[in-house]
Amino acid sequence: MMYLYLFLSFFKIGLFGFGGGYAILSLIQYETERYGWLTQQEFADMVAISQTTPGPIGINAATYVGYNVTGTVLGSALTTFALILPSLILMFALCNLYFKIKDNVYMVGVMQGLRYIVVGLIAAAALLLMTPENFIDIFSYALFFLVFIGTLFFKINPILLIISSGAVGYVMYYICQ
Amino acid sequence: MIYLEFFLSFLKIGAFTLGGGYAMIPLIRKEVVEKKKWIDDEEFLNMLALSQSVPGVMAVNAAFFVGYKLKGAKGAFCTILGSILPSFVIILLIAAVFTRYRHLPQIEAIFKGIRPAVVALIAAPLWNMARAAGMMKTDKHKYTNRQIIVSWLLLALPIASALLIWLCNISPIWIIIITIVSALAIVEFRKRRSKL
Repeated sequence: MMYLYLFLSFFKIGLFGFGGGYAILSLIQYETERYGWLTQQEFADMVAISQTTPGPIGINAATYVGYNVTGTVLGSALTTFALILPSLILMFALCNLYFKIKDNVYMVGVMQGLRYIVVGLIAAAALLLMTPENFIDIFSYALFFLVFIGTLFFKINPILLIISSGAVGYVMYYICQ
Repeated sequence: MIYLEFFLSFLKIGAFTLGGGYAMIPLIRKEVVEKKKWIDDEEFLNMLALSQSVPGVMAVNAAFFVGYKLKGAKGAFCTILGSILPSFVIILLIAAVFTRYRHLPQIEAIFKGIRPAVVALIAAPLWNMARAAGMMKTDKHKYTNRQIIVSWLLLALPIASALLIWLCNISPIWIIIITIVSALAIVEFRKRRSKL
């Protein structure tokens, strides 16, 4: 049954996952919380791992959740397959008429509407992660602030920021304690 | 052995791009347009438009396009397998190790530092994304006052969706469905009105 739920969840995520990696993460966040597959803390860890390893974030996240929930390679393969299946069906159907799609007024309207909404989806993902488990003390807020500034204004590589935050965490919460 | 070439090209793209979808675009272009000449630049742009209009993982959609265009289903199978295999193997290895050692105090400490950083990484691009989507216009020379006001009022859409998901626990999927239906209705309405 677990496998069936995983398949259906990730199929749904693949079917509605418009707007790139982070937008897909927000769908994964909702589904994994609903079924109790990941806590917000585990979700944050999963995002960090998906970001620092190569490949598309959606595939990384699906593989991770599949393994985390079932503990098997089969579970990982199932979630990854379920995630890409809807887009493959749609790509297959649209590939032959792709010249018409681009300038279709309905398509353009829908894509524009989704571009507004995706910003909200990603904002919600960030808000949901602001839990006391993820922000344990004043240093957490300081790290949040520094990484925010570093990304937005100095365009520092996100992987570098994750690794440095990990190093700071190691010093602050292990060596100093 | 075009199939093996498909597989290896996309394996390379999947293995060497950090940071997901959009970071992969230049690498895909270099490999399939410049090096292998499987598709030309115009087709590449069509491929981008199509893979972004279809939901799901953009890089996998792009891989499908190239493989399917050149060699049908078998080609698509090879390009897709290549593009997801590196992620799949690397994440499996990490997940297997991480689930075993995550409760070590050292690992816990590292992730205590990483978690707030992850939230910042998700939140930081929001401003630029909103502007790229045409919200929050400021340039008085380029836009009329009305356009500027509308672009700021549009912020209500992402703010309302974020609050609905965050506070009311509404599924993002419903928000996407409502957006698609409303967008279609608005286009239809405009079309009919312009005919009158």
